[in-house]
Amino acid sequence: MNAPRGTQGGALDPTLQRRSFLKAGVGTMAALASLAGISAPLRSVNSGVSLDAFLQQHYKRLTPDLLDQILRRIENEVARDYGAKVTVRDIRPMDGVEFGYALNLSRCNGNRKCVEACVQENNQTRDPQMQYIRVLEMPAGSLDVEKSDLYYDHEQVPAKGKYYLPVQCQQCQNPPCTKVCPVEATWTEPDGITVIDYNWCIGCRYCMAACPYEARRFNWKQAEIPPEEINPNMGYLSNRIRPMGVVEKCTYCLHRTREGQYPACMEVCPTGARVFGNMLDPDSEINYILKNKRVYILKEDAGTAPRFFYYFDV
Amino acid sequence: MAVLTVLTVIGGNAYSRQLVQGLAVTGMTDQVSWGAYIANFTYLVGVAAAAVMLVIPAYIYRNKDMHDVVLFGELLAIAAIVMALLFVVVDLGRPDRFWHLIPVIGKFNFPGSMLSWDVIVLNGYLLLNLHICGYLLFMKYMDRKPTILFYMPFVLVAIAWAVSIHTVTAFLYVGLVGRPFWNSAIVAPRFLGSAFTAGPGILIIVFQIIRRMSTYQISDRALHILRNIVTVSLLVNLFLLGCEAFKEFYSESVHSSSAKYLFFGLHGHDALVPWMWGAMAMEFAAATILIIPPLAQRISLLNAACVLAIVGIWIEKGMGLIVPGFVPTPLGNIVEYVPSLNEALVCVGIWSFGLLIFSWMLHVSIPIMSGEFRHQSKEV
Repeated sequence: MNAPRGTQGGALDPTLQRRSFLKAGVGTMAALASLAGISAPLRSVNSGVSLDAFLQQHYKRLTPDLLDQILRRIENEVARDYGAKVTVRDIRPMDGVEFGYALNLSRCNGNRKCVEACVQENNQTRDPQMQYIRVLEMPAGSLDVEKSDLYYDHEQVPAKGKYYLPVQCQQCQNPPCTKVCPVEATWTEPDGITVIDYNWCIGCRYCMAACPYEARRFNWKQAEIPPEEINPNMGYLSNRIRPMGVVEKCTYCLHRTREGQYPACMEVCPTGARVFGNMLDPDSEINYILKNKRVYILKEDAGTAPRFFYYFDV
Repeated sequence: MAVLTVLTVIGGNAYSRQLVQGLAVTGMTDQVSWGAYIANFTYLVGVAAAAVMLVIPAYIYRNKDMHDVVLFGELLAIAAIVMALLFVVVDLGRPDRFWHLIPVIGKFNFPGSMLSWDVIVLNGYLLLNLHICGYLLFMKYMDRKPTILFYMPFVLVAIAWAVSIHTVTAFLYVGLVGRPFWNSAIVAPRFLGSAFTAGPGILIIVFQIIRRMSTYQISDRALHILRNIVTVSLLVNLFLLGCEAFKEFYSESVHSSSAKYLFFGLHGHDALVPWMWGAMAMEFAAATILIIPPLAQRISLLNAACVLAIVGIWIEKGMGLIVPGFVPTPLGNIVEYVPSLNEALVCVGIWSFGLLIFSWMLHVSIPIMSGEFRHQSKEV
């Protein structure tokens, strides 16, 4: 940004020397002023990135000791930035488990309780409110999402002549989002859940462009959650409060489901439209549905092979 | 130069604000997650690739006129790549984690991610051009004859590489099955067509500025060769655009909604429509001037055609390609995108910075090329 100088050689004539000296002086002053001007907004930063956080390695390269230190550091960061005492754990997948989700479209009435529960459970930012689940109001007789309405606002649901299609992360077997990530910050775990290392994501948002289901969200600014609404039971790869500038997504509430609980959206659903479980277990309800109902997946032509299934119960 | 410096500082200030407050200061949303930054990046990769259109006649066909100017084309490529890389950096949510992209130290998803390919080809192209320009300028400065072995192999690699940078950048978009607007085999050829129009178009203007501001001789014949390149490329670009439009509108499949949004508006949303038709009008006007010889031979009209083509393609490749890829979203939601003031200032800052580097490189290289600045002088 400095003014170029010394490009013309020539003899060392005293006036020239004096002029180039002045030029250099003015140049330096201008450079210093520029630097001050450029960096002015940076002075208002209060919580910068610590050196430990900056140098932190990829999740898969961490030793158990290191991971433990990191979990404690994150707990301290939440206490400092949000004034809430929380526990952050690293919860690993269970052996012999591959999760599947099924949704009965005959029962879903578009009440969106699942959306609310998800926001609460997963500590999503409230301003603007981030939601993992989108409930589309569809005109009867169509499967074309482009005819859907996301912002329906009726006194009562279901509205006449409509049905409701909730869409969240489909936990694909062939996920386009993990393939495109330039730094392997996102991958699919052995139990079929696609996760993100929020401390490794560089925020390029290529995965968002790649996802055919709009399942990924970006933290455009620092997350805002009132301390009393923070869910203190946090998982490193799931519902801990995400840093600014990274992508996040639904993880089938892995901090719950890997310990035998149901995802928050299923637990809260008043119509019982949702069925969740281990597809590898022959006796599970999800397995019964996959075997006995006429199940379909969204955007089959995209070749993503979702682990999220829809069916009509008639 | 002073104006450019001031604009660069304003842009730098806007970027600092973005660093503190997050990308929320831009007009981007979860629905339209890439905007002006990535649009400018795409355009500039094209400008950089276009240097090859001077390199081929100069080094392969040994055209004397092009030989005198090829270096400036390569310098423009360097400045364009630097700008393109800066546009990627300002688009990152976490630029502090840039080191994650460095192989071995970080975790580089190669060959899986097209973005990692892009990192390699862009940086490789930058190094190739720095080497070629640096070596040839240094030899000229030392008044020695350049050894062909030290630059020719790099020139040959750079030719293929130039095509690859824009192809890989096109594949960033083409590879996304969930975005039918981009998921088309014609995107890479269209990128090259538009790049070979805009890049040489910019150089035609730059060469006339050099002619006016310095004593360096640039022949009319060099301008005419560039004019022919611009003409052919622009016609190819328009033809490919027509092919794409035919496929989208004649078949009228559900996948045509982004194209409908771009050209005619969708469900009452039509922010891009005037821009796209404006861009088309500019490109057609430029093409009309260029294909009528008496018009194109008048330098003022040639300049006008170049400016029209440069701006038209900037709109078509920017707003006309990146934004409609996101509208409507894969779930049918329509959210329109308008860059914020802060975002625009960052863009202006990067452009100013790039032009600053380019003019600085010209300041150094023109005296060397014309022989005014040689090793004999005591002060080095």
